[in-house]
Amino acid sequence: MSETRIDRRFAALKAEGRAAFVTYVMAGDPNYDASLEVVKGLPAAGADIIEVGLPFTDPMADGPAIQQAGLRALAAGATLRSTLKLISDFRKTDDDTPIVLMGYYNPIYAYGVDSFLEDALKAGVDGLIVVDLPSEEDEELCIPALKAGLNFIRLATPTTDDHRLPTVLANSSGFLYYVSIAGTTGAAAPKPSDVAVALERIRKTAKLPIAVGFGIRTGAQAAEIARIADGAVVGTALVEQIALGTDDQDAVKRLLALATEISDGIKSVRKN
Amino acid sequence: MTQLNTFRAGPDETGHFGIYGGQFVAETLMPLILELNEAYESSKKDPEFAAQLSGLLKHFVGRESPLYFAERLTEHYGGAKIYLKREDLNHTGAHKINNCMGQILLAMRMGKKRIIAETGAGQHGVATATVAARFGLKCAIYMGETDIERQKPNVFRMKLLGAEVIPVTSGSRTLKDALNEALRDWVTNVADTFYIIGTVAGPHPYPELVRDFQNVIGEETRRQMMAQEGRLPDTLLACIGGGSNAMGLFHPFLDDDSVEMIGVEAAGHGIETGQHAASLNGGTPGILHGNRTYLLQDEDGQITEAHSISAGLDYPGIGPEHAWLNDIGRVKYVNATDSEALEAFQLCCKLEGIIPALESAHALAHLETLAPSLPKDHLIVINLSGRGDKDIFTVADALGVEL
Repeated sequence: MSETRIDRRFAALKAEGRAAFVTYVMAGDPNYDASLEVVKGLPAAGADIIEVGLPFTDPMADGPAIQQAGLRALAAGATLRSTLKLISDFRKTDDDTPIVLMGYYNPIYAYGVDSFLEDALKAGVDGLIVVDLPSEEDEELCIPALKAGLNFIRLATPTTDDHRLPTVLANSSGFLYYVSIAGTTGAAAPKPSDVAVALERIRKTAKLPIAVGFGIRTGAQAAEIARIADGAVVGTALVEQIALGTDDQDAVKRLLALATEISDGIKSVRKN
Repeated sequence: MTQLNTFRAGPDETGHFGIYGGQFVAETLMPLILELNEAYESSKKDPEFAAQLSGLLKHFVGRESPLYFAERLTEHYGGAKIYLKREDLNHTGAHKINNCMGQILLAMRMGKKRIIAETGAGQHGVATATVAARFGLKCAIYMGETDIERQKPNVFRMKLLGAEVIPVTSGSRTLKDALNEALRDWVTNVADTFYIIGTVAGPHPYPELVRDFQNVIGEETRRQMMAQEGRLPDTLLACIGGGSNAMGLFHPFLDDDSVEMIGVEAAGHGIETGQHAASLNGGTPGILHGNRTYLLQDEDGQITEAHSISAGLDYPGIGPEHAWLNDIGRVKYVNATDSEALEAFQLCCKLEGIIPALESAHALAHLETLAPSLPKDHLIVINLSGRGDKDIFTVADALGVEL
C-alpha cells in the first residue's frame, strides 16, 4: 500500500521528536459554514491530524457531548454527502493535514461502500475509523478501504488483551487508536500510569504509531499522554466548546483557542 | 449452490442469517461477546443447565402455558378454528420471562454480579427485574422517558422488585434510545455486568440465544396441538417488534412445510403516513445495535423514529432472522394499524374474557383478514404474548375515556 498523509505525518513527527495532536470535531456542527471554519482553523491551532466526525442518530459508543454534537449537525442538515464536501472544501487550501473520517457504519452502508470509497478518496480523506466495525466484520469495509488506498484505523481498549490484540492489528493501518478507558467518549480522565503500562504491553505486538484518547481535556493532561504515546486524541473537550459558544463565531473561537492550549501542552514535550 | 434442507440451522459460525445478523459493535465489547458465545455454547452441552432452566420455567414461571381453543372468537369470524397460546399467563404476564430466566442463568455461570437491560413497554424490564430479584443480583433498567410516562405501572413494578429504573432522555426517548444507553453502560462496566437483551436482535450470539430460550413456546404448541387435534397447526400468527415471541413460536415449525407463518408488524397510523414501526414492510436493510437487519431509516442512513400505540413494538428494527425469513419467503409479514389493534383488543376482552397486551392485539387484528375465508378445520395458533393490564391507560386514552 502506498504511503498516506497519515503515514507521512507520523514519520515527520517522529523525526521532529514530538507526539501528534489528533483533534476530533463533528462535521456540520453547529452548521456547515462554522464547521468548515473550525476544520480550516485547526492546523494553525496546532492540529497534526484531524478526525472529522460523521453525524449519526444512534452513536452507541459516544457520551452526551458527542451525541449532542451529532444531533446539532443533523438538525442543521448534515449528511455523509455534505461531510465529504466539507473535507473537499478543506482540501482546497490544505493538501498536507491528514483527515480521518470517524463514525458509524450505517450511513456509509446506505451510501454504498464502493461509491463511498470513491467519493471519500476524491474528497481527500486519508483514513477511516468506523466504531461499529470490529475485525469480525473486515469484509464489509476494511478490506475494500485498504485496497482503495485508505488507512483503516482500529481502536484498542482496556479489554483488548494479548489474545485479542493480533486480531485487532490485522488489517489495521495508519495508527492504532488506544482508548484509554472502558467507556464512552468524554467519560473520565485516564490515569497516565495505567496507560503507560498498557502501551508497553501493546507495543510488544503493534508496530504502528499509537495515539491515545478518551478523557483528555487540558494541555497538561495532553502533555502527560504525549510523553508516553505517539499521539494524543482530543474530541469531547473541543466539541463542548461549540455548545458553550454564544454564537457561531464565538463557538469557533473557543474551540480553536482550546485546541491551541492543548497543542502547546503536547509541543512542550520533546522526545529526542 | 446447494438447496437448503433446513431453515433451522442458522446462524452460521459468524452469526449471520443470510446477509443479516453479524457482530457490529465497538471493540470494547468484542471480547465480552466472544466470551458470552463460548459460555452459551458450553451451557448447551451441560445437562444440568437445561435441567435447572426447565425446573425454573415450570415452578417459577408456571409453564407450560395453555394452548386454549378460543371458541367465541372462532364463532365470531366464522372460519378457521382459533387457538391462543397463553403466554399472558406466565409469571410477570408475558413471554419475556422465558428468555430472562435463560440469560440470568448464563450470567451467573459467567460469574457476573450486575444485570442491565433495556425496556420499551416495561415487560422485559419487569421480567429482568424479577429474575434479578430471584437470584439476588443488582439490576439497572434503561427506559425511555416517553415510555416511562406511558407505562407507569410497570415502572413501579420494577422498582418494587429492587431494580433501578434509569430514564433515557437522549434521541426519541423510546426503546431504541434505551438500547443505546444500555450499550453505553455495558461498554463502561465491562468487568461485572451482563446485558440481558430482550429480543432476538443485537450482536451475535444474542439473536440465537434469545430465540433458543423462547423456542419453548413453539415446542409446547406442537405437543399441545398434537394432543388436542392430533395434527400440526396450519397457520401460526404472532406480533413482531424485535420479534422474540414470534421467533419462539415459529422456529420449531420452520421445517414443517405444511405450516404457514405470519408475522404482524405495527403499522401505527398507517405505513403510508410514515408513522409506523413496520421495519420489513416500510424499511430497508442497514446496521444498528450490533446487527444488519431491516431498519426504519432515511436515505442518508439516519435512523428514523418508529411509531406504535404499543410501546413494545415501537422500535425501528427487527431481529435479523426475521429479515432473512422475509427475504427467502418462509414467513409472511403483514401489518396492523393502531386502530385495528385497538378494535381487536376490545373484541378479545369481550368475547374471550381475556385482556390481551396491545402488542398481541396486533396479531389478533390480522384474524379479520385471515380467518373468515378459511375452512372450519383450518387450525390457527395466535401467540397471545402478553396480558394487557399494563395497557389499560393507553387504551382508555385512545378511546377518550377518563379513568
